[in-house]
Amino acid sequence: MKHWRDGCPDNAHPLYREKRCTLKATPFEPRILAFLCNWCSYAGADLAGVSRLQYPHNIRVIRVMCSGSVSPHHLLRAFRKGADGVLVAGCHIGDCHYLKGNYMTLKRVRFMEEMLRFAGFDPARLRLEWISAAEGIRFAEVVREFTATVKGLGPMPSFDAVPRAFAMG
Amino acid sequence: MASAAPERLVGSVMVVGGGIAGVQAALDLAENGFPVHLVENSAAIGGVMSALDKTFPTNDCSMCILSPKLVECGRHPAITIHTLTDVRSVGGEAGNFIVSLYRRARYIDVQKCIACGLCAEKCPRKVPDAYNMGLNHRKAVYVKYPQAVPLKYAIDREHCIYFEKGKCRACEKFCPTGAVNFDDRDTEHTLNVGSIILAPGFQPFDPGTFDTCSYAQFPNVITSMEFERILSPSGPSGGHLVRPSDGKEPARIAWLQCIGSRNINQCDNSYCSAVCCMYAIKEAVIAKEHSRQPIETAVFFMDMRASGKDFEKYYNLASEGHGVRFVRSRIHSVERFRGTEDCVIHYAEEDGMLREEVFDLVVLSVGLETSPASVDLAARLGISLNEGRFAATSPFDPVATTRPGIYVCGAFQGPKDIPQSVMEASAAAAQAAALLVSARRPVSGKPLEPEGVQPDVKEPRIAVFVCRCGINIGSVVDTHAVEEYARTLPWVVYAEENLFTCSQDTQDRMKKIIREYHINRVVVASCSPRTHEPLFQQTIQEAGLNKYLFELANIRDQDSWVHQCFPEEATIKAKDLVRMAVSKVALQQPLHEVRLPVTRSGLVIGGGVAGLEAGLSLARQGYPVTIVEKKPQLGGHAAKLLSTWDGSPVAPYLHDLIRAVETHPLVTVRRGGVVSDVMGFVGNFHTTLNVGGKQEEVHHGVAVIATGGHSYRPVEYGYGSNPNIYLNLDLDQAILRRDEPVVQARCAVFIQCVGSREPNRPYCSRVCCSHSIENALRLKEIKSDMDVFILYRDIRTYGLRENLYQEARRRGILFVRFDRERKPRVMTGSDVLKVEVFDPILRRTLILGPDILVLASAIETREADVVSKLFKVPLNPEGFFLEAHMKLRPVDFATEGVFVAGLAHWPKPMEECIAQARAAASRAAAVLARDCIGAGGIAAWIDRELCSGCRACEECCPFGAIAYIEQEARCDVNQALCKGCGTCAAACPSEAVSLMGFTHLQLYRQIDEALA
Repeated sequence: MKHWRDGCPDNAHPLYREKRCTLKATPFEPRILAFLCNWCSYAGADLAGVSRLQYPHNIRVIRVMCSGSVSPHHLLRAFRKGADGVLVAGCHIGDCHYLKGNYMTLKRVRFMEEMLRFAGFDPARLRLEWISAAEGIRFAEVVREFTATVKGLGPMPSFDAVPRAFAMG
Repeated sequence: MASAAPERLVGSVMVVGGGIAGVQAALDLAENGFPVHLVENSAAIGGVMSALDKTFPTNDCSMCILSPKLVECGRHPAITIHTLTDVRSVGGEAGNFIVSLYRRARYIDVQKCIACGLCAEKCPRKVPDAYNMGLNHRKAVYVKYPQAVPLKYAIDREHCIYFEKGKCRACEKFCPTGAVNFDDRDTEHTLNVGSIILAPGFQPFDPGTFDTCSYAQFPNVITSMEFERILSPSGPSGGHLVRPSDGKEPARIAWLQCIGSRNINQCDNSYCSAVCCMYAIKEAVIAKEHSRQPIETAVFFMDMRASGKDFEKYYNLASEGHGVRFVRSRIHSVERFRGTEDCVIHYAEEDGMLREEVFDLVVLSVGLETSPASVDLAARLGISLNEGRFAATSPFDPVATTRPGIYVCGAFQGPKDIPQSVMEASAAAAQAAALLVSARRPVSGKPLEPEGVQPDVKEPRIAVFVCRCGINIGSVVDTHAVEEYARTLPWVVYAEENLFTCSQDTQDRMKKIIREYHINRVVVASCSPRTHEPLFQQTIQEAGLNKYLFELANIRDQDSWVHQCFPEEATIKAKDLVRMAVSKVALQQPLHEVRLPVTRSGLVIGGGVAGLEAGLSLARQGYPVTIVEKKPQLGGHAAKLLSTWDGSPVAPYLHDLIRAVETHPLVTVRRGGVVSDVMGFVGNFHTTLNVGGKQEEVHHGVAVIATGGHSYRPVEYGYGSNPNIYLNLDLDQAILRRDEPVVQARCAVFIQCVGSREPNRPYCSRVCCSHSIENALRLKEIKSDMDVFILYRDIRTYGLRENLYQEARRRGILFVRFDRERKPRVMTGSDVLKVEVFDPILRRTLILGPDILVLASAIETREADVVSKLFKVPLNPEGFFLEAHMKLRPVDFATEGVFVAGLAHWPKPMEECIAQARAAASRAAAVLARDCIGAGGIAAWIDRELCSGCRACEECCPFGAIAYIEQEARCDVNQALCKGCGTCAAACPSEAVSLMGFTHLQLYRQIDEALA
């Protein structure tokens, strides 16, 4: 129980309460959520596993069919629920299994970065990467590097603090 | 091609041997509309692959990747498995064979046996377990291995007490279902089949007679197959790495290569077994991974033969990343070390010095050979064997035996690895299918109708299966804790852990549990949905559930394998992933597919040998094909080749092939054409060709990419600065023309690995060693007193090509080895060529003055990214196409309906290109054989109540699947056109659009649970 930071999601199932209590006195371990597209990045993550490339255990992966199906609402939800960093990864530009879904991803993630900046959060908490099915090594590297970056940024401030952070920032 | 009249053609095929090659051939044929009789002489299919722990070069768990295929084979309605059965004789002719089979009694009624294992528990007789290479004991009533297909017990009458002494029958007493039947008798029966595919496999070489390696004397000298079983979680030590003599964990392990291969002194196996270098590297790496403390591993070898796809990188990683030591040496002997259980190896290194070293365990990398039973089989069937006692084949027809209608694949065709066996299996299936094309049966692509009453799906009742995956997951993640945890989650009414959730017995259990507990949703926590989701979906479908009521939690590829040093954290992560999966599947509703017609024709890109063979094979299986070639002429690189490695001339073959393609009524050839645009998807592609500036649209159901490779133009060794420096392909032509400089040369030097095995091209080009030796022999033929030197790094004449290497040395061709750090130097000044090379045996620099210098340059791809982008299929870092799975799907892409063959996939010699091309045709034909293709399921859906008709979704859909309905001022999705990317769902401002299977609600729930 070392790595999930103590967070109090408003409507978590009562079963998870026990888990939260054990997390207190440990150093900051960021919580990172990743949206990986089925065809490239999820396959790249599998390849990292098959190649036994080790990377930090802070990441939780949600498989989506295309990175273009990740909406700003999903990203916002992740941050609101206490994610310290969110990774969105898809096929390289031009390689999208659905022709041009990843152009949408690019647009939406850039938009979200602006939103984060506007609200006083560090946009580096949101990362967009293109990782192909052959890039297991790259996937592991991205996770290592992104985890270190988010660690450096510290815990995601609560959304309640937004006005203050914005005023200061 | 067909020798029997069409009315006498029998549309079924017999496959002999239930290893991976036989299983793949059976599956391909069954999918193509040909019923299969799969004949296996042991009690279960699975072959040698089932006994391996891991597979190179991906370290995939062997059982995990094989198991879905075995299960599929076991449950396929068109495949009949005959276990404990031998082929007695074969009469008749191609298209109509009469086969006589001999089935040995199992003494267990397979209809009644529930594989509870009570019989084996009560059986008093212990027998050395052949499956575990005799390292432990099984009972006289046994199941071959825990994941066996069929999972049915059998009584071994050689050892059964009742058959010896006439009493006991304990098994019969305790069997709860009355399955034991001592009245069972051996039976003979006949089959009528149209074609036969032989895949009886190999036997590992028995080193018992080699007194120098002391295998028979010391328990701690073991074979590589024994080592595989020791590593295996289902093996004698439960996957715990211990040595046989005292159960001690070995700290120092040695591998001795070429035991029973490349050896005509102590055995008759002159050939190289082609797989031992790689499996030794794999075993050394896995041993390090398995062992709790750091261990030392050393491989004693002559030439490291890492020429397959990604093998060289694997070799480099083993030596640089994992610290496996590679010792280029010859072994003198293995002896007991001073009365201990340890072994001392005496060996000579390259410098000629004799050295010795002590090891706790010595593994003999034993070669592959044809078993006496297979030699007998060949004699009974009247097919010829070659000098290596493998089935004789021609490089131009690599899977055809000498008897028409009988085909061969796998290690019985020649020593080879798994992907090559799988390719040949598909190729053999294509050949049989072409022979029997007029007797093919229609294949239904309809989804399985759920049996019985559809359970209530509103109130979720979830079952969770947690896979230990042998030790792949279980050694890191506390799977028991995950199971316990799963039980506490909302809606979960059942949870259990399994050794292998994907095995046949668990599939049966799963169905039983679904019915018993009225389960309506299933979560499996195991490996990747990319490889195993279809298997589990079919299982729940057979239990009457909609296949979409399923979710996989990836706790292996994305958890236990990547957090190996953090068991506690990996366990927490596994619990989180299970919780996320449970929460998602709880919200899942049944989804339904729409059926789309299939355009029954193919497109082949590339008119080299691979493209032509693939196209011709599809045409011979009855499907129209368009072959598009960029150049004005067909034939590709084959047009420049003199002969194959065994001396068969290429030109006549190529001439016949091009003729056959051009005259086949179903083949259309487009020369000077390229693909400019690709629309559509499996079964319904619309591709635009640009043929000499004119646009042409082709509708096709499948595509084969065979765009080929190119010869690297060297910048090293003075290439281009002197007319007497050749590339191998140029030398072929110069020899053919009898060019003066070549014919008159007194000295010729070949330099190997030019551009290959370099940091920027970290792969072996596979063909150059054999090609150079062939050409060196040709030069000797022209002028027997010519001095010929081959400067090499490792000679990689795998398989029967080793004979070529021996022949070269007999003919006085000199081989000088060099390291990458100390390459030969070529001086081209004043018109005279001079080559300087350090000879590690003489330990001095040689100065050679060749009249001709030949560079064995690498094979590479050019502009593969263009086709890769058009078809949305990936390339690997070296620019070759990346198949769906390196081991078991060597010609498929993850994208359905697109296949690969030839040099575009990896450098390989002609017979392998031909086999792969036909394999691609076989896999492609399986798509075309279906009467329809399911689409939708995972598709977008618009909630009419929420839609405001803003048309944002319509705008972003790349497939034109969304239409605006004027009268209702709302949008709607055409399920047949929707590909299920979900881009529209993310674009909708009111979340009225959802991607079914990935709805907003499901995503939010997953996000919440991930962060709970």
